[in-house]
Amino acid sequence: MELLLQQVLAGLSTGTIYACMALAVVMIYQAIDHLNFAQGEMAMFSTFIAWQLIQWGLPYWVAFAITVVVSFVAGVLIDRVLFRPIQNAPILSQIVAFIALFSILNSSAGQIWDFTIKSFPTPFGHTALFGSALIDTHEAGMIGVTLGMLGLLYLFFRRTRLGLAMRAAAANPESARLVGIRVGWMTALGWGMAAAIGAVAGMLIAPVVFLEPNMMLGVLLYGFAGAVLGGMTSPGGAVAGGFAVGVIENLAGTFIPYFGRELKLTIALILIVAVLMVRPSGIFGRQAVTRV
Amino acid sequence: MTAPSDEVAAKEGVARAPAPARAGSSAAVRDDRGHRLAILAAVIVAFLIPLFARDFLTFQLTQVMVYALAILGLNLLTGFNGQFSLGHSAFYGIGAYTTAIMMSRWGIPYFWTLPAAGAVCFAVGFLFGLPALRLQGLYLALATFALAIAMPQILKFQPLESFTGGVQGLVVDQPDPPFGLPIDADQWLYYFTLAVLLVMFAGAANLVRSRTGRAIMAIRDNPIAAAAMGINTALYKTLTFGVSALYTGIAGALGAIVVQFVAPDSFNFLLSISFLVGLVIGGVGSIPGCLVGGLFVLFVPNIAESVSTGLAGVIYGVILLIVIFVMPAGTAGFARIVFARLLRSPKPEGRSR
Repeated sequence: MELLLQQVLAGLSTGTIYACMALAVVMIYQAIDHLNFAQGEMAMFSTFIAWQLIQWGLPYWVAFAITVVVSFVAGVLIDRVLFRPIQNAPILSQIVAFIALFSILNSSAGQIWDFTIKSFPTPFGHTALFGSALIDTHEAGMIGVTLGMLGLLYLFFRRTRLGLAMRAAAANPESARLVGIRVGWMTALGWGMAAAIGAVAGMLIAPVVFLEPNMMLGVLLYGFAGAVLGGMTSPGGAVAGGFAVGVIENLAGTFIPYFGRELKLTIALILIVAVLMVRPSGIFGRQAVTRV
Repeated sequence: MTAPSDEVAAKEGVARAPAPARAGSSAAVRDDRGHRLAILAAVIVAFLIPLFARDFLTFQLTQVMVYALAILGLNLLTGFNGQFSLGHSAFYGIGAYTTAIMMSRWGIPYFWTLPAAGAVCFAVGFLFGLPALRLQGLYLALATFALAIAMPQILKFQPLESFTGGVQGLVVDQPDPPFGLPIDADQWLYYFTLAVLLVMFAGAANLVRSRTGRAIMAIRDNPIAAAAMGINTALYKTLTFGVSALYTGIAGALGAIVVQFVAPDSFNFLLSISFLVGLVIGGVGSIPGCLVGGLFVLFVPNIAESVSTGLAGVIYGVILLIVIFVMPAGTAGFARIVFARLLRSPKPEGRSR
């Protein structure tokens, strides 16, 4: 029982990383209706910008704020410059454009800041919490910030006119345009918000996994798994899914004898697929109903 | 995830499905003859290349054909049946390992390993197609992605090491040309791969044009209407998964023979991404496009690397973006537009637009 509790806590703390990323993944999915493969690299690039600002001597929170703003603007620009011209291209072509963006960001970050591992500061400190070494103040801070972002997003989408307009633009672009919503700008706004959330996620994750151009690949993949598990249509589900992936991965590694440790990621993914068999739209996702 | 809907020909085929399919107009017949001539010319050129090219180029072109075959497998599933897969690296790996184990552990001649690799992959693909039935779009992408992530880990798995060679991988002997042919081993492999490629491409072209092929495409275009017309969607979808895996598995088997080496980490998720890029660049739902995809996947990263090692990823990404901007529907879609313009040009100017 002691071991189980410990492993669940450890799983939650890795799960925070996935939850953070899953939230960003779902956000952009809501805005543009596809999965953005370059999301992790965008977050990584933002984190490098923050690191550079801190290296230049700015205080953490100033660097944090500047990075979020810069990322937001960059997200809007990426949409307007790169993705608007191909918005009518087939979906698979757009996915390949994401892969291209991935490659460009990864390689240029490597060229500018090289591939050595850098440490990234945390405002929360690394003091142990609950008297155990499994979860520290930084991880608790991450959980807090993730849940805070989730709450703000919920309020934004449910309680503001702009949030409503964004939801309308994503759900039904034609009708939204007819009632006077500028759908193109709503998409750009979605990109900006996703980039900003990704930047926050990156800055929270970097103290744990350390900063380097490839830091996000694994995180994005498990964030994606979490988002799908929770349901791509539900930000809250995505956060829950992210935590679940972390916990499942840890428990599988500890409790499944013989091959658990070597194949723990595989087991986690197989479990997720098994869940999807029962709930094909994720645990908290809405079943898409189409009119014939 | 739906494939592009500009496949007008495919839709017409579906609409005509109950009627006899041989009612093509004279234009279609002429078109068909043009196609045959083009294919014949391409085969002759392909046959002559290794007699004049350097050995390394021959080797690279053999790899291009291997990738083209793998991309064709993905195309059958994604382009013609509308199911998305990030897991084809796993089928490629299973095919490669089947061949490598048969050749290096059991001493079976290389040509017998291809049908075996195809059969194993067909079985795995068919079984994987069963859970995939319930999933669509991104959710299917995740399930296939799980397969891609699992494969290198399973291949490295300790208890299986006596078969798979673990992290070390397996070395495969390069086959010698048979019947005392006056060519070297690289050239022989080129011709062997070319022969397999031609058979497989012809098979795919015939499959797509058959009753079965129309059923497969009908499911892509509108699964509900297809089911209403009496098509067993579950059966066709799982069968397509199996056939798709068979193609990619045979490509993997050829790849193992050509490269003479298999190791777990060469069959990772990034290989699936390469196949996807090749598929889109070549043209989703186009069979000849797969060759263009193969060329792109093999040569463009090398070109990017040769321009600048540090910025290779940037150059690769920019090339990819330019291609997508210029040809949003891939090479095949681009070629279709160009041909349509060329054929229309003799008409009066005022009506051209």
